[in-house]
Amino acid sequence: MTGLRYVYAVCRPLGAPLQAELTGVAGAPPGLLHHHGLVAVVSTVPEADFGEEALKAHLEDLDWLAATARAHQGVVDALTTVTTPLPLRLATVFRDDSAVRVMIEAREDHFRALLDRLDGRVEWGVKVYAEEAAAEPAGAAAASSAKPVSGRDYLRRRRERGQAKEETWQRAERFAHGLHERLSARAEDFRLHPPQNSALSRAAGLNVLNAAYLVPRAHSEEFVELVDRTKDEEPGFRVELTGPWAAYSFTGDTGDTGGTGDTGSAGDTAGAADAGEGVS
Amino acid sequence: MTTPSRLPEPYGQASGANLADILERVLDKGVVIAGDIRINLLDIELLTIKLRLIVASVDKAKEMGIDWWESDPALSSRARRDELARENAELRERLARLEELEPGRAPKEAP
Repeated sequence: MTGLRYVYAVCRPLGAPLQAELTGVAGAPPGLLHHHGLVAVVSTVPEADFGEEALKAHLEDLDWLAATARAHQGVVDALTTVTTPLPLRLATVFRDDSAVRVMIEAREDHFRALLDRLDGRVEWGVKVYAEEAAAEPAGAAAASSAKPVSGRDYLRRRRERGQAKEETWQRAERFAHGLHERLSARAEDFRLHPPQNSALSRAAGLNVLNAAYLVPRAHSEEFVELVDRTKDEEPGFRVELTGPWAAYSFTGDTGDTGGTGDTGSAGDTAGAADAGEGVS
Repeated sequence: MTTPSRLPEPYGQASGANLADILERVLDKGVVIAGDIRINLLDIELLTIKLRLIVASVDKAKEMGIDWWESDPALSSRARRDELARENAELRERLARLEELEPGRAPKEAP
């Protein structure tokens, strides 16, 4: 056997079968590995691509990374339609089925606690973009290319620019904060993620809020409507909704509410439980 | 689970999500398990975070008005430095000429 086991997610036994035509990472159909009343959703991946060295090299290749990430997400997405999966991080690879079983045994209490907490809930991503704030740098660049006639002129222009920016920031802050208050009141939990850089996300505008909300499926429609209603509330801002996602942002810990926005540390808390994390 | 039909369709809409959203989740979030194959996922995480930080810190600095590198002759092209040096020399020359014309007033205005 030259195949390795790629694990997408852990869930409880499914009530319905997975879509027959579903393909996962490296084009292989995902299968279910039952163990101790839990299910690992796995597929076989070639060692040539997913061995340690090869994988490291591949992860630096943005095209490969994008295709793999989409395939990973495709399987997790399909699972989300039929159950509440615990999505694993990209490229969690094991030697064989028995290694996957060992992993499940080592963490089964943690998995069960998380599954109980997340059961029937999905994650919605909400981002707010300030369109003016992003337009600012372009305007500023244009202004500076027309050479200021004097030092005083330069300082005046700079002050005006600074004031306009400050006002936009204050408005963005107020709007994002108000929206977040309303949304978090309708959600069970939330995480504030660092804003996405537009150079990386290629989204128009400046990302001023990047939040994830944990919402019961039963309340999702209401939540989506609430987001929709805010869309044209304030000129100059764009609200974007993504989801429903598997509860990616809420798998790191068990009870605390978000708020500080540092999900990295939440993830690390879970990771610290296993020895492998400590190495790096 | 009792009211899945009430969810907006298509349910799998996240699959159309942009790559940044997907990467944000599959790379940074989800359950972290070090598999048998010890790919140091912290490496890629660091890589993307570093990239973000580099881009973000430049923006942030500019936003705070720290844009000295744009006008600092040492950081801009040699042509510009030469031009500034030339301009500087010219100004010094003119100042010297003015001081010659009005020797009494020049020291007062110097500061």
